[in-house]
Amino acid sequence: MPLTTSTILICAGGACISSGETSVKEALQREIKKYGLDEVVRIVETGCMGACSLGPIMVIYPEGVFYQKLTPQAAVKIVQEHLLKGRIVQEHLYKMPTGEVIPEAMDKLPFFAKQVKIATRNVGYIDPGNIEEYIARDGYFALTKALREMTPDQVVEEIKRSGLRGRGGAGFPTGLKWELTRKAKGDRKYVVCNADEGDPGAFMDRSVLEGDPHTVLEAMAIAGYAIGAQQGYIYVRAEYPLAIERLETAIAQAKEYGFLGQNILDSDFSFDIEIRIGAGAFVCGEETALIASIEGKRGQPRVKPPYPAQSGVWGCPTVINNVETFACVPPIIIKGAEWFRSIGTPNSPGTKVFALAGKITNTGLVEVPMGITLRELLYEIGGGSSTGKKIKAVQTGGPSGGCIPAEYFETPVDYESLQKLGAIMGSGGMIVMDEDDCMVDVAKFFLEFTVDESCGKCTPCREGTRQMLKILDKITSGEGTEEDLEELERLGNIIKDTSLCGLGQTAPNPVLSTLRYYRHEYEAHVKEKRCPALRCKALVRYVIDSSKCVGCTACARVCPVNAISGELRKVHSIDNDVCIRCGSCIEVCRFGAISKVSP
Amino acid sequence: MVDREAVAELVRNIKKQALEERDMLINALHQIQNHFGNYIPVEAAKVVAEELEVPESKVYEVLTFYTMFSTKPRGKYIIRVCVNLPCHVTGGRQIVETLKKTLGIDFDQTTKDGLFTLERTSCLGLCGVAPVIMVNDEYYGDLTPKKVKEIIENLRARGDAR
Repeated sequence: MPLTTSTILICAGGACISSGETSVKEALQREIKKYGLDEVVRIVETGCMGACSLGPIMVIYPEGVFYQKLTPQAAVKIVQEHLLKGRIVQEHLYKMPTGEVIPEAMDKLPFFAKQVKIATRNVGYIDPGNIEEYIARDGYFALTKALREMTPDQVVEEIKRSGLRGRGGAGFPTGLKWELTRKAKGDRKYVVCNADEGDPGAFMDRSVLEGDPHTVLEAMAIAGYAIGAQQGYIYVRAEYPLAIERLETAIAQAKEYGFLGQNILDSDFSFDIEIRIGAGAFVCGEETALIASIEGKRGQPRVKPPYPAQSGVWGCPTVINNVETFACVPPIIIKGAEWFRSIGTPNSPGTKVFALAGKITNTGLVEVPMGITLRELLYEIGGGSSTGKKIKAVQTGGPSGGCIPAEYFETPVDYESLQKLGAIMGSGGMIVMDEDDCMVDVAKFFLEFTVDESCGKCTPCREGTRQMLKILDKITSGEGTEEDLEELERLGNIIKDTSLCGLGQTAPNPVLSTLRYYRHEYEAHVKEKRCPALRCKALVRYVIDSSKCVGCTACARVCPVNAISGELRKVHSIDNDVCIRCGSCIEVCRFGAISKVSP
Repeated sequence: MVDREAVAELVRNIKKQALEERDMLINALHQIQNHFGNYIPVEAAKVVAEELEVPESKVYEVLTFYTMFSTKPRGKYIIRVCVNLPCHVTGGRQIVETLKKTLGIDFDQTTKDGLFTLERTSCLGLCGVAPVIMVNDEYYGDLTPKKVKEIIENLRARGDAR
C-alpha cells in the first residue's frame, strides 16, 4: 500500500446514505483524481458514526477534522481547500448552539466525548468490507485466544463472571444461557444471532451489522466453541438489505482467512454460519417464533419451557443472542470479566447502545455506561429538545415499553430501575416527545402496531389488544367514558398475565404506563372532551384570530374541502362542521392567524 | 402463464445449495418473488410445493403470514412508509397523507399505470432521519411533503411501468 497523507472516513450508514452520501463520495473521488491526489488520499466508507442528524458526515485524518451536512459542492471545496492547501473549510464544521465551531468534534463534542464504546468500538472507524481493518483492531484475537488458551468451560465462565446480560430487551444473563446450552444433551447444537431488530426507534443492531459485521461472526464462533456447536444462523430482517450484503461479504472473507469453516486456526473446532432472511414479521424477534421462521414455518411463538437452550432449531439445544450482545463478547474475552464489570452498575455491567429519536436535537446512536441518568443521556449527549418546546416524556423499549415523564429523568438507566417505572430497557430505543404529543394518541399508536403484528395464535393478544384499541379509538374520538379507563386497565393486566409470548405480555405496557403517569390527559379526553396537546382531530377546532387575519385568501384557496369563507381583505372564518383538520391552512398562513383549540 | 419449468429449476438450485433440507421454503419464496419482479403467482407457489414435497397448504400459510410476500402483482416501485412512533412524532402523518394524495391510492393498492404500490412497514431503523420511506431497496429520509412529491416525480420520469 502506498503511503498516504490523508485518510477520509466517510459515514456510509443507512441514514447518511439516505441523505446523499453516495453523491458526496463520488464528488470527492472525482475531485481527488482531478488534482492527482488519488495516490496519497484514501477514502474509506465506514459504518454509522452515530450522529445521524448531522449527515452526511466525514472525518479527515490525521487532523481529525469533522465535517457535517455535506453536499457534492462542499466536497469539491474541501478537496481544494483542505486537502490541497491545508485550510479547514469553516462552514461545514460542527457549530455549538453558542456559535463556536469545533473542528475536532469527534474528540470534543459531548455527543461523542461522553460515549464509552464496546459493542460499537469499530463502527465508524473501519471499512466494514475489509477484514484486515477488523483484524488491525484486535479482530479475531478473542477467537484465537479462546481456541488456543481457554477450554470451552473457561469461556462460559468468563462470560458468566462478566455479568453480560442480553441486550435485546429482557436482560437474561448471557453466560447462564451459554452454560445451560453447553450442559444440555444433544449431539447437534446451534448458535443463532437474532438480527431481526424490529422495535420502532431502535437501530443499533443495524449499525453493528452494517459497520462491523465481523464482530458478530467472531462472537458466534466463540459461542459455538463454548457450547459445542458447529453451525450458526444469523436471522436478519429483509428490511435491512445493506446489512445482509455486508454480512455476506464478511462471511466469505472469514472463510477465506480461515476464521470460519473446518479446523479453525488449526484446532479441532469447525464452525459455519449461514444467513436466514426474514420476510416482514415483527413477532419473529421473539426467540421461539424466530426459530420457527428459520425452520421455514410461519413465525409463531410456542409455549416455553422447553427453552431454546434445551430445544431450539430442529429441536436441538440452541443459544440465541442478539447482535449487540454478541458484539460485547470479543472484548470481554480479550480484556477479561473484571474489566467489563468495572463499567456500568453492579447489576447491569457494561455499556448499552441507545438510539435517540423523535424530538431530540442529536438524533442517532450513542453507547454509554449503564447507570447514566436519563437527564445526562437526553440533555448532555442528546442536546435536549429539537423543537424549542419542553421535553414531556421519553418512550423506552418500543411497543413493549413505557413512557417515562420528565420528572423521573434523574433515574439511572439500568434494567431494574426502568422496570420499576413501568418501562423497560428493551432494545434501547428512546423516542423523545414534547408538549405537542398527546399521550393517549401515543398509546393508541403502539397498540395499532401490536394489533397489526400479533401473530394471532393466542386469544388474549389477538382479541384483547384489539378491544383495547377500540376503547382508545373511542376515547380519542371524544366518546370515551370513565368506565373505559378502568376497563383499559383491567384488560391490560389480563393480557399481560395470559399471553403466550413476550409480544402479548408486554403489549399493554404503553397504555398502562401512560395511564399511570398521564391519567389527567385521559381524563381530559373523557370528561371534558378535550385534547390538551391538540392532537386528536375529533376534539380540536380550528379558529381564525380576527386581529391577525388580513384577508389574503391564501387559506381559503388551499382548503381541500372549502371550509373557509371570507372576502378579499376581510377577516375569514372556518366552518368546523366541514373542516377535516388537515392543517393546510395553518401551514400556508403567513400571519399566524389560524390556530387549533380544544374546548 | 407461469413458466413452471423455470420455477422448478430455481427451487432445485436452492436445494443443491442448502445445508439443511427442511428450511428452504422462505428462501425459495424470496427468490421466486424476485424472479417474478415482486409477487408470487399462485401457480408458481404450487410448483414450490411439488418440488419441496410439502403440502400446498403449508406453502400458502407461510406465503400469507409474512407481509413481504404478495400473491398479487405489485407496482414497479414499492413504496414502504414507516408508520412507527419516531416517524409519527416527526411529521409522518403528513408524509402518509401526501403519498396517498399524490399517488391517488390507499395502502396496499397499486396505481393504474402499474408504477407504484403503497405499503406500510414497521421500523426501518433510520429514526435518526425520520420520517423515512423505502422505495424498493433505497431509503429516503428527513422527508417533507415537498420532498415526497419530488421523489415521486423523479421516479415517474425515470421509468415506464412494465
